[in-house]
Parts: sequence; C-alpha cells; structure tokens
Amino acid sequence: MSDTLRGVVVCHGTVAAALVHATEQISGLSGHLVPVSNTGCDRESLEARIEEAVAGQPAVVFVDMASGSCLIATLRRLRERPDVAVVTGVNLAMLVDFVFHLSLPPAAAAEHAATSGGKAIRQP
Amino acid sequence: MPLVLCRVDDRLIHGQVVIGWGRPLAARRILLVDDEVAANPWEQDLYRMAVPDDVAIVVANSADASTAVAGWQAEPVRSILLTGSIETLVALYAADPVAVHRINLGGIHHRPGRSERLPYIYLSPAEYDALLDLEAQGADVTAQDVPSASPVGLRALA
Repeated sequence: MSDTLRGVVVCHGTVAAALVHATEQISGLSGHLVPVSNTGCDRESLEARIEEAVAGQPAVVFVDMASGSCLIATLRRLRERPDVAVVTGVNLAMLVDFVFHLSLPPAAAAEHAATSGGKAIRQP
Repeated sequence: MPLVLCRVDDRLIHGQVVIGWGRPLAARRILLVDDEVAANPWEQDLYRMAVPDDVAIVVANSADASTAVAGWQAEPVRSILLTGSIETLVALYAADPVAVHRINLGGIHHRPGRSERLPYIYLSPAEYDALLDLEAQGADVTAQDVPSASPVGLRALA
C-alpha cells in the first residue's frame, strides 16, 4: 500500500473483494483499494473493520448501497474525519477512475469517481 | 396482528429487515428499540434513509418501548418490532407477553463471551439461558435470518 490516497470498498458479502480484484485486473494498478465485507459483523465490528482499512490515512470510502448497514457503519465511524469522503452506489467504472486519480484530495477524488460511475449507468 | 415480526438483529435496520422481511410481511412501520439510536437524532435520520417512503420508523429507548408496546400492538399498522439486544427483548416480552409472543433471532454476531450457534447467531451462556426462560414462559423463539430460510428452534442452538 502506498502513502497516496487510499480507497476502501465496503459491501455486502463478497462484492467488495470482487470489485477490487476486477479493478486491479482492468487498471493494472494494485494495492490502492482495500475490500471490506460486512459478513459476520454487528455494527461495532463492521465499524472496526472499516476503520482498520482506512488506517488513519486520507481516503475515499466506496459503499455499495445508499442505505443499510455498510453505509451506516461507515458514517458512524468516519463522519467527523475531514480527510475521508464517502461515495455510495459503487461500481467498477467508479473504482477504475479512482485508482488513476490518487493524487487528488479525498473530496475531489470522490466527486471525480462518482461522476465516472454515474456516466457508466446507461440503457444502451 | 399489528406486530408481524419481533426480531433481534444487532445490525438494526438493514436490507434483510427492510426488504427480506418487510416486503413479504407488507410491513408499514418499523419500531426500532435502541437506547443509543434513540438518543441520537443524526443516527435516526440515517436509519430513516434506509427504508422506503411508505414505511414509517418509530425509534424508542427500551424504557419507553416497554410502556408503548401494548399500544403498538393495538394500532392497525403492520409493524416490525426490532431491537439489537436480548436484554431489551426480555424487557419487551415482560411488558407484553402476548404482543411479543413470537420471537425471531435474526442476527446476533460475535462478541467476547459468545459462541457460534449458527453462522448468524452467537450467544453467551447467559443470553441463551435468558431465551430459554422466555420459552419457558410461553414465548416461541426461533432463529431465521431471512424468510426463505427454515426456522431453527431454540433447543437446536444449545
């Protein structure tokens, strides 16, 4: 893990690990994203997993759903951290964008990634 | 039967509750009994984000809920009674053993002193004994995380 901006992906089940793996496969960049699963966690233990993944560094936390246990745990533990930004509705396009913008401040990286992720949602 | 589900789930309001149970039971209200959430308006707002607009949320601390549970049962609103604590559940059962007759253990996760009974149920010996006591008083206690799973009787969690 480098000292640049860190991405933490918090999802139900094995979704986060799969998204991180796929992002690394597509981008060729590894070590910038940390997957966190809510499996087997109550609120406190999930919060602890997320905090451990952030590891005190500036970070963007990507959450699967715009409500529910993953988001609640993230916000409960990190909402007072000015160097952590949160994005919901994580998708692959969002994470691929993120790993190429690690020099941005957290809020700017989050906005950039969210824009890319939103553009990826289409009905072709 | 306004209380259509009485559930212990230490994740409180999340997908299994709102979607897994709420939809098939046609629940229109979630009665969240949690002292910490009841004392924190910011956190209440967060949980309100987790439910559809046509589902109401009432948040109460355990003392207020014990007083209110009979009234909730009397109201014609299909409701899920939800707490993360077996201790709170015991108090709610004592307050109204008829309304809180059927108890669903939906998610009680690992903490020091607890042992695994099912992948989603960890209990300390004292917690298990408390549930046995409820059963001896007439409660129907089963573990079942989602409606599509088979309910597991309390004795099978020994």
